[in-house]
Formats: sequence, C-alpha cells, structure tokens
Amino acid sequence: MADILVYALHDDEGNFNKNSLGAISEAAKLAGELGSEAAAVVVGDVSDDAAARLGTYGAKRVFRARSAPEGLAQPIVDVMAKVIGDEGFDYALFGGGLLGFEIGAGLTARLNAGVTMEVTAVKAADGKLVAERPVLQDSAVVDVGYVDQPGIIIGRLNAFDAIESGDGQAEVVDVEVELSEWSTKATMRQRGEQRGEDVNIEDADILVGGGRGLGEAANFKLAEELAESLGGAVAATRAVVDAGWYPYAAQIGQTGKTVAPKLYLAAGISGAIQHKVGMQSSENILAINKDPNAPIFEFADLGIVGDLHKILPKLTEAVNAKKGA
Amino acid sequence: MPVVPKQFPPPVDEAEFIAAPTDPEEERIEVGVAIVGGGPAGLACANRLLQLLENEPELSERLGEVPVAVIEKGKVCGAHGLSGANLRPAAMQELFPELAPDEWPFAFQEVTKDAVYLLTKKLALPLVPMPPNFRNHGNYVVSVSKLSRFLAERAEEAGAYILTETVADKLLVEDRIVRGIRSGDRGRGKDGEPLSNFEPGSDVVANATVLAEGTLGHLTQAAIDYYGLSGSLPVRWELGVKEVWEVPAPLDRVIHTMGWPLRKGAKWNEFGGSFIYPMGEDKLCIGMVIGLDYTDATLSCHDLLQELKTHPFVRKLLEGGKRVAWGAKTIPSGGYWSMPRSLAVPGMVIAGDGASMVNVPELKGIHYAMYAGMYAAEAIVAALMRDEVDFSAYHDRVHESEIGRDLFRSRNMRQPFSKGFFVGGAVASAMTITQGAFPGGKWEHEADTEIEMSSDGAASRYPEPDNELTFNKLDSVFLSGNATRDDAPNHVRVQEHVPRELAQTWVSLCPAQVYEIPEGQLESGASEVDVHVTPSNCVQCGAINAKGGRLTMPEGGDGPLYQET
Amino acid sequence: MKICCLVKEVPDAAVTKRIDPNTKRLDRSGEKNLNPFDTHGIEAAMQIREGGNADVDEIVAVTMGPESAVRALHKAVALGADRSLHLTDTALEGSDVCATGYALAKALETEQPDLVLLGQQSDDGECYTIGAVVADHLKMPSLTQVIKIDVEDGKLICERQAEYGYDTVEVELPAVISVGDAINEPRYPSLKAIMGAKKKPLDTKAIGDVGIEASQVGEQGSKTQVLEINPPPQKEAGEIIEDEDTNETVEKVVAWLEERKLI
Repeated sequence: MADILVYALHDDEGNFNKNSLGAISEAAKLAGELGSEAAAVVVGDVSDDAAARLGTYGAKRVFRARSAPEGLAQPIVDVMAKVIGDEGFDYALFGGGLLGFEIGAGLTARLNAGVTMEVTAVKAADGKLVAERPVLQDSAVVDVGYVDQPGIIIGRLNAFDAIESGDGQAEVVDVEVELSEWSTKATMRQRGEQRGEDVNIEDADILVGGGRGLGEAANFKLAEELAESLGGAVAATRAVVDAGWYPYAAQIGQTGKTVAPKLYLAAGISGAIQHKVGMQSSENILAINKDPNAPIFEFADLGIVGDLHKILPKLTEAVNAKKGA
Repeated sequence: MPVVPKQFPPPVDEAEFIAAPTDPEEERIEVGVAIVGGGPAGLACANRLLQLLENEPELSERLGEVPVAVIEKGKVCGAHGLSGANLRPAAMQELFPELAPDEWPFAFQEVTKDAVYLLTKKLALPLVPMPPNFRNHGNYVVSVSKLSRFLAERAEEAGAYILTETVADKLLVEDRIVRGIRSGDRGRGKDGEPLSNFEPGSDVVANATVLAEGTLGHLTQAAIDYYGLSGSLPVRWELGVKEVWEVPAPLDRVIHTMGWPLRKGAKWNEFGGSFIYPMGEDKLCIGMVIGLDYTDATLSCHDLLQELKTHPFVRKLLEGGKRVAWGAKTIPSGGYWSMPRSLAVPGMVIAGDGASMVNVPELKGIHYAMYAGMYAAEAIVAALMRDEVDFSAYHDRVHESEIGRDLFRSRNMRQPFSKGFFVGGAVASAMTITQGAFPGGKWEHEADTEIEMSSDGAASRYPEPDNELTFNKLDSVFLSGNATRDDAPNHVRVQEHVPRELAQTWVSLCPAQVYEIPEGQLESGASEVDVHVTPSNCVQCGAINAKGGRLTMPEGGDGPLYQET
Repeated sequence: MKICCLVKEVPDAAVTKRIDPNTKRLDRSGEKNLNPFDTHGIEAAMQIREGGNADVDEIVAVTMGPESAVRALHKAVALGADRSLHLTDTALEGSDVCATGYALAKALETEQPDLVLLGQQSDDGECYTIGAVVADHLKMPSLTQVIKIDVEDGKLICERQAEYGYDTVEVELPAVISVGDAINEPRYPSLKAIMGAKKKPLDTKAIGDVGIEASQVGEQGSKTQVLEINPPPQKEAGEIIEDEDTNETVEKVVAWLEERKLI
C-alpha cells in the first residue's frame, strides 16, 4: 500500500504552517488516487484537538511524539524513521520550508532512500508516485521515480495548496521515540525572532517590483502602499538599487535574488533579461509600463500600457476597498 | 552641433600606470618571465619559452620556481578572446609540429570554398573574380577563444603558471628598466573604497616582461607614453560584433560581404563589412566589422549586425537556427604606421594586437600574434643567457619576418576608404596588385578621436528586435556570459558632462549599453548632457578608446566568458 | 580543531546549462568553477581560525568528483585550506543525493573532523540538502542555511532564518554546518596563495580506500531515477490592456486578481 506520511510543522502557539497543510492536502489527494492512506506526524506539545483537526485536510491518522522537541530537524528524523519503519509508509512528503528539507535529507540517509526536492507536482501512476521538479534555474522539468521504498518528496515553497476535503477528525496516535544521541546535540536558544529591517522577499507570495519607470526614489512609496494592500513585499531592479532608490536586499535578477511568488507585479520595469531571470517563474506576472514595446509585455500574463503614477494609487484604493480595509 | 571627441579627453594620465615596486622585497612575487595577456601572442610566447628552456637547464634554474607566468584578466584564457577567424596555419605548425590540423580542438574546418558578396538592400551580388585579399584557401576556421584555452592548457602542462582573474594594473619601472607588473586590487566598492574582503595587488617582478594585451593595450599605452614609442601615425580601430548560431543546414563556404547596410558616401566614412563562417556541421558565426572613423553619432555596430541579418540572403542562412553566443571586440587597424616605433625597451617587449600587428585588408592577425610571441621568446632567452635585458633583437626580427613584410606591403590599404567605398576599393585593389608599391609613400590617417561626429540618420534603419532573429543590447550582453558584480569600481574613464552629440556617439557606439543619457535630458533637447555609465555591462571591447574614453583595467575575473567566439 | 570544507566543482554560472538527452544528466563539458556557495564555507572556516575563539589546527578541503575537480581543490587551498582530499572513482558517476551523501560521509570519516562546513546549495544540483544527509551518516548534529556562526566555549552558536523568523541554535561539536551566502564576504585569494596552491598536499582516494561499497553508489546505488525531461510548461500569451479610463482599467485588474485568487 503506497501510504504517505506527511510532516506537519507548527509554531510555538500550535498554529500549523500552511505549507504543511498543503502537503497533507496533496497527500490526501494522491492517497485517494492510489487507494492508500495519508497520515500526518507532529512533534511537541500539540493538543488532541489540534492534532485531530488535521483530518479536515485529509489525514487519516496523526502520529504524535510529545516528547520530541519542535523546531529542529534531527529529533523529527528519529520520530519519522520510527513511524515509517513500524507502520510501513512508502512515502514521506514535506511542504516547502527549511525544516522539511532538513528532515527529508536526514531520512534519506537514515532509510537509505531516494529523495527529490523543490518538487512542484506529484503524480500517481501504476500504484507509485512520481515527483516533478524544475531543474537548471527552471529551464527544464524532470520527472523522478523511486527505485525502492520509501521515497522522500520535498515540495517547493507554496507548491501545494491547503484544501479542506472533509470534516473528518483524524485518529491521534501517541508514539514514544528514543532520540539518537546526536539529535540532542543541537538546542534551540531562541526561535522565530522577527527582525524588522530584513526583507525576505524570497518567501513572499506577492511581490510588487519597482523599476526605473517609477521616476524617483520617493515614488517607491506607491509600490509600498500597493504591496501593503495586497499583503505582499516590495522588490527592486538592479538599475534602481544602483541609483540608491532601494536597498540591495530587495534586488531581483541575475545579480540579485531569484523569486517565484504567486504574483509578481512589475511597475515601471522594462523586463530586460538580467531582471527577467530572477522572476520569470512567478505564477502570475502583471506588468505596468508606459512603453508598449517594453520586453516585459512578452512574458507578462496581464500587461497594462499606461502611466503607473495614475494606475498604482487607484489600484491600491480598489484593492483596499475589495478587502474591506 | 558637430563635435570632435578629441576635445573631450578622458580624465586619465598614463603616468598613473607606471610605478616602481612598492611591496617589501620578501613579499614580491618573483617570476622568470611575466607575460601580460593570455591570448595567442602571450600563450605562444609562453609555450615557446618553455620549449626553449627545456634545453637550457642553467637558465631554467636561474629563472627560479616560476619560469613563466601568464597574467590574464579573464576568468580563463580565452574568456575575452573574440575574432572571426580564418587562421593561417604556419605559426601553429611551427609551434606544435607534432599536431596535424585535424587534431586542433579549436579548429572547425579547413577553408575549401570562399566567396565575397556585394550586398544591396535586396540582393547579394557575388564578386567574381574574388578580391584576392579575401582568399582563404588553406586556412582554418577557428575560434580564438578556444585557441587560447588550448594554448593555455599546453603551456600549463609544460610548466607555466597561468594566473587567471588577475589584472596587470601597473608597469613596474626602475631606472627606466621594466621590472615587471603590479597586479590589480580586488574587493573595492563603487567609489573605490576598500570593502571587507579587500585584497591589494602584488608586485610581480620578472627578468623580462612581455606585453601581449591585445587591442585594449592598457600597459602598452602607458609604456608608449612613458618611453615615447608612438608610431608615426595614431593607432586606430575597427569594432567587430559577432554572434554564433546553431543552424540546421551547414554552411559550405567562408563568406565576406561588403556594401549594405553600410553607406557608401564619403561623408559617412563607413568602412567595413561582414563575415559569415561555418563552424562545423551545426553552427556558423556571423559578424559585422566597422572602422571607428565613421562620422554619424547614431551609428551602432551592434544594430548594424541586427540589420544585416534581415537581408534575404543572410536570413536564409540563419533559417531555423538559434543564437547561442554573442560578443564584441575592437581590432587595431592602423597597421604598419601605427606600430610602436620600437617594439622593445630594456626589460620589455610588445607583441600582437597591442602593437597593431594586424593586416586589415587580409583580415589576419592571429598568426602574426603567435609568431611575435615566439620571436619574443627566442629573443628573451638569447638575451637572458647573456645576462642582458636588451631585447631589441626582437624588434628587428619582427620587422624582417613575414609580420613586417606583410604589414609594410599593406601599409596604405586601409586609408583610401576615407574617400568612400568605390574610390577606396579601386585604390586598394591597385595596391594589392602591385604588392604595395603603388601608390607607395605614406598615406596619412587621422586618429579616430579627431573625426567630427554629428547625427545623420543611421539609427533610423535599425530593426526593432523580434527576439528570434534580432535582439537588443541587453539580451546580447547577457549571452556573453557577463555577470560582473554591480558594486565594482568604474573602470571606464570618460568625461561625464559633454555635448549631446558626443554622448550620443558613445551611447550608439557601445555594443553593451554601458552609456546612457538620462531620459529627462534627452527629451528636453539640452545641448550638453550628463553621461550615465553602467560599468558592469562592459564587455571590454575597447571601442570607447577610439572615441574619447580610456578603458582602464576592471577587477580580475570581470567581463564576458566567451566560449567559442 | 580540524575543519573539513566540502567543496564541489560546478559548471560556471555564465555557461548555459543543459541536460544531455542521452544520459539524462547535466552536461558538464563546459567551463567549471568552484561552487560559489562553498567559498562561503571556506571563508567561514578561515574566520573561525582567525577569530581567536577556537584553535584550528587544520582546514582540509574535500571533494567528490572527476579528475577536473582538482581545480576546485586548488581554489579552496588558495582561499586558505591547508590541504585537500579528492575522492574520485568512475563507480561514483551518476550518484544521486542518497549515494553522494553516503560517499562523502565515508570520505569524511577517514578525516575525523570536528567541524564540517559547506555551502548550503550548489549551482547545478539545486538540492540544498547534502549537509543534512552527510550529518546523519556521521551521527553529528546538523544545521543548514546558517548565516552566522560564533564559537563559545567550544560550542557553536548559529543563526539561521527558518519558517517563523530567525532561530538561534546552540550546536555541540563535532557538527556539520551548511552556510548561506549571506554569512560572509569571501576573501579574494592573494597571488602568492594562488601560485602556492599546487604545492599543498593533495590526497587522491578511490572508493576502496575509504570503505565505500560499490553497490551503494553510482547509478546502481541511486534510489531515484530521472524518467523524463521536458521543457518548462509553455505560458499562454498574456493579455494587454491600453489604459484610457484608469477607473475601468483598475476594475479589470481587480477582477483578474480575484479570478486568480490573489486577493
């Protein structure tokens, strides 16, 4: 039976990470196709209620290792290795995010298993799972199959959507796990510290990118306001960072960061290839530029030829109105 | 308002690049022979030196642990190498007699068929009989970028130290004797300030220094200024822009074209043409070359190449193909009269393109560069054996050899084209037939910076890029492999507030979009404008040197990573 | 303290990467270079040595790769490593993450390092995980994407950005730490160091020398298989709106955003 075990990450308040919920949803969908079971594993102090509620995303059972600490990978490798070994799961699935990568990698070694990461889609075929992932800076997509069981699948950030598939309550199963000696050698001193100035645009779902078309540094305000209304962050092209209009941390492109958000709204950006390679994998690209021949219009999903100084404020207003803000 | 670039010289003093060694003695890096430039001249020199040293154990020992060091600013030797090219095989055969041409990894094929076409807007008229200077039978289509990689590998196997990502920033001179070079600093910021990982350059002291810098000739220019070595006419250049294409149908001949899209009238002074060479079964290369003594400020060689590709004859050759590489580089075209009046000074010699050893009418320079490197090696070994640093025998050797003879023969062939295409063609033909004897004498030329520039409609004909056949400059720069860091110091010296026509000249001239006029000033029609420089786009072609700029050395490792240009 | 720096030779960033359709693996015939992320690992090792809080006896550069990988080792040594170890064997060709992690761990075992440092990702594999795989084999604690390392009383205090913000984690040695590029600015090698690199000791080992079982590595030892390679999904041509009545335009944009569940 191609049963799938999914790791569900939570914060110190017991809220589950949306990428984990997405992974459970995905596992449930695949299990449905294969006629097998999707289950979840949680560690740390998770209430019965919270654990059971993972059933709404399709988990049949939730294995809980209360005594294993949350937040670091290696104790969770111990937990999952035990559950997989005892219960016979064929696949371990992780939503995007740092811990998923680290736990998946540890399991690869522990179980001598095949692993695929940055997975964007999973298919069920002939009773098995095949993972699809982009390679070479998104210039090709490969299908990867597993030679043996178990197989480890680590999703790309935001690849799987959290979908509630039923009102089912999952069965909570407590497990006792003896931690490996080295799993206790790393201890968390402080978890989840927020640092204001650092803009982590790589994790943002929505980005508003500003380019030279903004005209001057002060006009980045327009981009910031729109980003705020959309619930996203602000990015910048090399040219404006060069000119000192915005910090380097926000630079996207060949010599900056690479991002793949759900929405990239490019305001006053021409779309030269040096910038394009940093954001071309965005799910939806909306471009606003006054030059109808700007290269960005060749790969934008929606292009607006017009004056961004007029459009951005009105768009911000309209979005805020829609959101009832 | 027409403007003459020479009136706006770059803010640079060649004396900046000459210095005595400053590192404490025990910190200096000691090498036997320091060769600046990992191109055909420098690497032929390195290989020849090591061949000779094999039979001179005493001298070998004296030269120490590092008998030969090659200092190359690109990521690898050949990273900045670009040329057509049809190589005359003699120099390679002399340097490596044990290798047959079909074993040369940098050669695509022997030239068995060639043709010259005169292009009009719609037609390609074969010129029959073919002008003799274009005949390439017996030559080999090669990539100079691959040639450099090959020569570097061989030199390293033979014991040379190839120091890539290293710039030779200053020439070390003491008591008017060249002592070596100083390598460039790394880890400076935009305004030259040292960053956290700042690493200063080092003094590399050598018994002999070979300047084989190619067309940019950074230290060569400084040395010519310091020692008063200017040739009798100014150095001048052509700019070549080249693309490599994967094509479904192989090309069966070496092609040169003249005429369209260049304009024939004398007032525009557009001398040049294109080349289309086969590169084996599945690739070809196409390039546009133009003399930098043109007069139209809006002329762009990059875009002339794009325009060329729209000609029905050319379009057909590229049909179903895909552009896979792009690059640009200047060719020194002053020939015989522009060569430094001495190729050697105490402790140093100059070889190759850096000394204008290019035969422009016949489009040959690579094998001269290799020969010059080999002669330099021989003269240096002979002198060092006598414990001398007088390499003047090298100067004589070059002039007595094929290099000197060919350059003298073609010494006046480029100049007549300033009279326009037809007069130029006629005079050049006369010279070819008479082997340079007619009209004889010395035909003067001006420096490229002395040409008056004004806007005269060149740009109006350039096609809008369609991203399949034609492309814009930024796409081209990307394809050159250029990923220079954004906060690198600016290595381009130009005045930053100049008459509009001059700024326009630079904007159009540069194939890599390094120069820009702020949009507001363009629209307002101001007669004097600011020039915005984006040095990280620079592919180090050298064109700006011809029109009022001075390209100094960027950080080692910066610039393009040409693979097969 | 002995620090081993894992390094990898990867195609240069400027070379267009392509997959060989015959082998279904990356075509490695073009220019190669030391993986940029690994230079941060070496720099981190150097900063620990120079920082004064730890006594570092040796920094060893370790790589698994074909013959050409010695260039990556020379670069690593020019940047400060004292010597290098080259694990090379045709039996290793085609190894996937599982097999590679096992092989590297076996090689590192022969060195008995106190700390293993490496870049968190490589330009070609894009896997971000090899450090964690190696650590489990070596039975050492591990952290990836670390952007700050301090040494305190023989332990490491590391910072990294995880799902909820910045974590500060205390790690006991021996350990395996993968570093992100934000951790430091790698130094440039001096000319002297570059020229001296070839003279530093370089050990070459085959799988038999470090106890690697052939059945666990290479294509036969890999647990994943590339089944198919396809071009990325073709994007449909986008829609273009000319803005005349901005209110109308904005309405259309909002509808478009709603349609795609972006607001």
